[in-house]
Amino acid sequence: MVTVIDGLSLGAIYALIALGYTMVYGIAKMLNFAHGDIIMVGAFAIFVTFSTLGHPLIAILVAVVICTVLGVTIERLAYRPLRTASPLAVLITAIGVSYLLQGIAQLIFGAGNNPVNFLASLGVVSFSLFGSQINVSWSSILTVGLGAILMVGLTLFVKYTRTGRAMRAVSEDRGAATLQGIDANKIIMITFAIGSFLAAFASLFYLSKTPVNPTFGSMPGIKAFTAAVIGGIGSIPGAMLGGILLGMIETICLSIPAISSYTTAIEFSVLIIILMIRPIGLLGKKRRVKV
Amino acid sequence: MKTLKYFKKQFAVKHFISYFVLIGVILVMAVLSATGALSRSAYSTLTKIGYSMILAVSLNLVVGFLGELSLGHAGFMCVGAYIGCFIFNLLEPVTGSGILTLIIAMLSGGVSAAIFGFIIGVPALRLRGDYLAICTLAFGEIVRNVFKNLPFFGGAKGLNTGLFDRTTLLFVTLVTVLVVLAIVQNLIRSKHGRAITAIRDNEIAARAMGVNVTYYKLLVFVLSAFAAGLSGVLYGKAVGIIRQDNFSYNYSIEILVMVVLGGIGSMNGSLIAATIITAVTVFLQNPPPAIRDALNLGDDTLAIVKTIAYAVILILIIMYNNAPVFAGLREKLSIKKLFAKFKKKDPGNISADEAKWDRITTKIEMDEVLRVDVKKREGELTDPDKPERGAK
Amino acid sequence: MNDVLLRTENLGISFGGLKAVEGLNLEVRKGQLYGLVGPNGAGKTTVFNMLTGVNLPTEGTFFLDGEELRGKSQEAINRKGIARTFQNIRLFVNMSVVRNVMVGLHNQPEFHCNAFTSMFRLPRHYEEEATMRDKAKEILKIFDLYEERNNLSCNLPYGKQRKLEIARALATNPKLLLLDEPAAGMNPNETEDLMTIVRRLRDEFDLTILLIEHDMHFVSGLCDEITVLNFGQTLAHGTPEEALNDPEVIRAYIGN
Repeated sequence: MVTVIDGLSLGAIYALIALGYTMVYGIAKMLNFAHGDIIMVGAFAIFVTFSTLGHPLIAILVAVVICTVLGVTIERLAYRPLRTASPLAVLITAIGVSYLLQGIAQLIFGAGNNPVNFLASLGVVSFSLFGSQINVSWSSILTVGLGAILMVGLTLFVKYTRTGRAMRAVSEDRGAATLQGIDANKIIMITFAIGSFLAAFASLFYLSKTPVNPTFGSMPGIKAFTAAVIGGIGSIPGAMLGGILLGMIETICLSIPAISSYTTAIEFSVLIIILMIRPIGLLGKKRRVKV
Repeated sequence: MKTLKYFKKQFAVKHFISYFVLIGVILVMAVLSATGALSRSAYSTLTKIGYSMILAVSLNLVVGFLGELSLGHAGFMCVGAYIGCFIFNLLEPVTGSGILTLIIAMLSGGVSAAIFGFIIGVPALRLRGDYLAICTLAFGEIVRNVFKNLPFFGGAKGLNTGLFDRTTLLFVTLVTVLVVLAIVQNLIRSKHGRAITAIRDNEIAARAMGVNVTYYKLLVFVLSAFAAGLSGVLYGKAVGIIRQDNFSYNYSIEILVMVVLGGIGSMNGSLIAATIITAVTVFLQNPPPAIRDALNLGDDTLAIVKTIAYAVILILIIMYNNAPVFAGLREKLSIKKLFAKFKKKDPGNISADEAKWDRITTKIEMDEVLRVDVKKREGELTDPDKPERGAK
Repeated sequence: MNDVLLRTENLGISFGGLKAVEGLNLEVRKGQLYGLVGPNGAGKTTVFNMLTGVNLPTEGTFFLDGEELRGKSQEAINRKGIARTFQNIRLFVNMSVVRNVMVGLHNQPEFHCNAFTSMFRLPRHYEEEATMRDKAKEILKIFDLYEERNNLSCNLPYGKQRKLEIARALATNPKLLLLDEPAAGMNPNETEDLMTIVRRLRDEFDLTILLIEHDMHFVSGLCDEITVLNFGQTLAHGTPEEALNDPEVIRAYIGN
C-alpha cells in the first residue's frame, strides 16, 4: 500500500515533467533537452525564497512564475530562430541551453546539496487498513492529489478551450494550421509556458525526495523523457500513463532488495522492450510515410 | 594496370591530408619523447586527445553518414573499457604487461563493444530519429548500471586497471587513431559508403535500389562500437581506474558536441574539434598554478566557466549555421568568397547557380544533412501523392 | 504463355477496411510498354508499391518470370529484377549525379567486393570502383546527363532529376522497369525527348516497362497496352485506343 502510494507520487512527478516533454514534442516537433534543468531552476527558486522569506506558498508562487518566464524566454531566444532547422540542430541547441543553466547554477550556488524539506515537515498520516498500521507521508498524498488535479486541468484545457484546439491543430499540421490563421509561434510559446508551469510543480514535489543541486533536474528529466517515450511521445495521456508506469516500476524495484541496485537498468530495459514491440510507444499515433 | 591508373586518378592530397598530419604528429612526438621534452601531463593530454579523436570519428560515422542520432556512444566505450581492462588484468600474469597484452585487451574490448553495437543496431532497424536516440541513451545507462553492480568489476569503487607505460600508450593510441581513421574513411569512400549515405539521404529510394539496409545499419553500428571499445581500453589504461560515472550520457553528449562542432560528416572536422575541446578541457580543469593564483580563483571556477562558455559557443555555432536570421551574415563571411576577393575576382559576378554551388561546398557539411531532413519533412506534409484511395 | 514477364493474380490491398486496389489481373509480356492510367486516387502508385514490396498485398499475389515475389523485401525484389522511379522524386540529394547512378549499380554481381575489401583498400576495390564509374558514365550518356555528372543531384533542373531517377533505376539492371509519372512536370520538348529515351530503353536494353502517366498523349504515343483503374478497380484494358474510348473510362474521367 505504501509502495503503491509512493509509486503513484513518483509517477505523478514523472508524468508532470513528461507532459512538458511530450507537449513540446507534439507541437514544436523538438526534444527540449533543457526541460530537466528548468526543474532545477524551479527548485533553486523555491530554496532561495523559502530560506529568505520562510513562507512556502510564496516560494511556490515565485518558482511557478520564474519557471514559466524561463521556459518562454528559452523558446524565444534559443529555439525560435531555429524553427526551420533540422531536429538535430535544435536538439543540440537544447543540450547547450541545458549546460548553460547547469553552469550558471553551479557558479551561483556551488555544486553542493541544499536541502529544502518543508513538504517532508508536513509529517505522515497513519491509518490502519486490514488490521495493519500504514504510514503515508503527506507529501506523497499532496503530490498525487495536486498532480491529478493539474493533469485533469491540462486535459480539459487542451480538449475544450480555443487555445487547446489551436494547439492540437498545430500539432497535426503546422503549415495547415497557419493557413487557418493560427499563430503557430504564439501557440508554441504557450506550450512552453504550460510545460514549464507544470515543471515548477514537479520541482516542488521532487524536492521532498532529494536536495537541490545544479544537476538536480537531470535524472528526473531523463526518466520523465523515458516515460514520455514509453507512453508515445506527443501524446498527453501517453505521458501520464508512461510517467505513472515508470514511477511504479521504479518504486517496486527499489523495494525488492535483490534487484534494487538494477533499478535503472530495468527501467530503461522496459523502455527498449516497449519500443521494440511498439516503435511508437504505448499510445503514440502512427504516421504513415507515403511513397 | 587499371587498378593503378584508377588509384592515381583517385589520389587527391586533400583526401590524405589528415593522414599526413597524423603521421607528422607521431614523428614529432617520437623525437620529443626521445629527447625527454614531454612532461607527464603532456603524455596524458595527448593520449586523451587521441582517444577522443577515435570516439569522435566513430560517432561521426553513425551521425554524419548513416544519419542516425546516437546518444549512447559512451556506453560502448564503457563496455570496451571494462571488458578490455578486465582481460588485461587476467592476462597480465601470463603474458606480462607489454604491448602484446595491450593489443589483445584492445581487440577483446573492441569486439565486446561491437557485440553490444550489434544488439543496439537491431532496434535501430525498426526505430528512427528521436526514438532511436532515446533508445541508445537508455542502452548507455543500462550498461553503466549493470557494470556498477557486477561484483567482479569492482562495483561502485571502479575497476583498478593499473597505468600503462606512458610513452608506449601514447604511440599505440596515435597509431590506433590512424588505423581507425583510415578504415572509416576507406569505408566511406567506397560503394559501401555510398550505400550508407544513400540510406541517410533517402531510405525508401535506397531500398528500392536494392541496398541492403539491414546489413549496412548493423555494419555501421558494429564498426563504430568497435572503435569506441578500442578507445575505452586506451582510456582505462591511461587513467588507471575505471568508474562507471565517467560514462554517463553527458559524456556521450560531449562526444556528439565534438562531432557537431567539427561539422557533421566531416572527419577532419571531428579530429580538429576533438583536439581543441579536449585540450581546452584539460587546460581549464588543471590551469597552470600561476594563472590560478593571479586570478585568485577557486579550484573549479574555471571548470564552471568552461561549461558556460562551452554552452554559449555551442548555441552560437548552431545558430550561425542554421538560423535564417544569419543567412545574410553567412553569405558575407563565406570562406570561398573571401578567397575570391583575395584573388581579386569580383564575387558579385558569380551567377546565382554558381553561388549556390559555392555555398554548398564551403558551408559546414552539417547543413547538408540538415537540409535533407527539412526537405523530407516538407515532402511529407505537402506530398500530393495519395496512395490510399480518397473518399468516394 | 512463356513470354509473360509480370503476372498479377487478383492482387488487392486494403488499408484499415478501405480497399485501395481490388482484384487486379495484369499480364505484362516481355518487351512490352504497358501503361497504367486512371484518375487521381485510383490506386496506381499503390500497385507499384505492392509490386516493389513497399506494401504487402492483402489479397492475391504476383509473379515475375514465373517466380512468386509476394512477401519478399524491397531489396530482394529489386535484386530479382524490378526497379522503379518515384512520383515525388527521391534522389540521394547530397550525392553527385554519377554517384547516384553508382548506388544503383551497387548490387550488380560483377561488383561483389565486400566491406572489408574496401576498408583495407585491396586491389580489387580500385578495380571495381573504376569499372563502376565507367559504367555509370555510360548510363548517364544515354540520358544526356554526362555533362552534369559531378553536380549535386539536387541542383539539377526538375526534368533532369526525373531522368536521373530513371538512369539510377536502369543501373540496377532490371527486367521490369516501373516508371511513376515519368513525364510529370516536364515541358513538351522534354516529354518528346523522354518518349524517345523510353523506346530506346525497351529496344536496346531488352526492358519491359510498366508506367503510370496522366499525359494521354504520352500514353497513347508510347504504350502497346494499357489498363485503366478507377477507385482501385479495373475499368478497362486493351490497346490505348480501345481502352481510352471505352464508355466506362470516359464516364470516370468526364462524368456522366
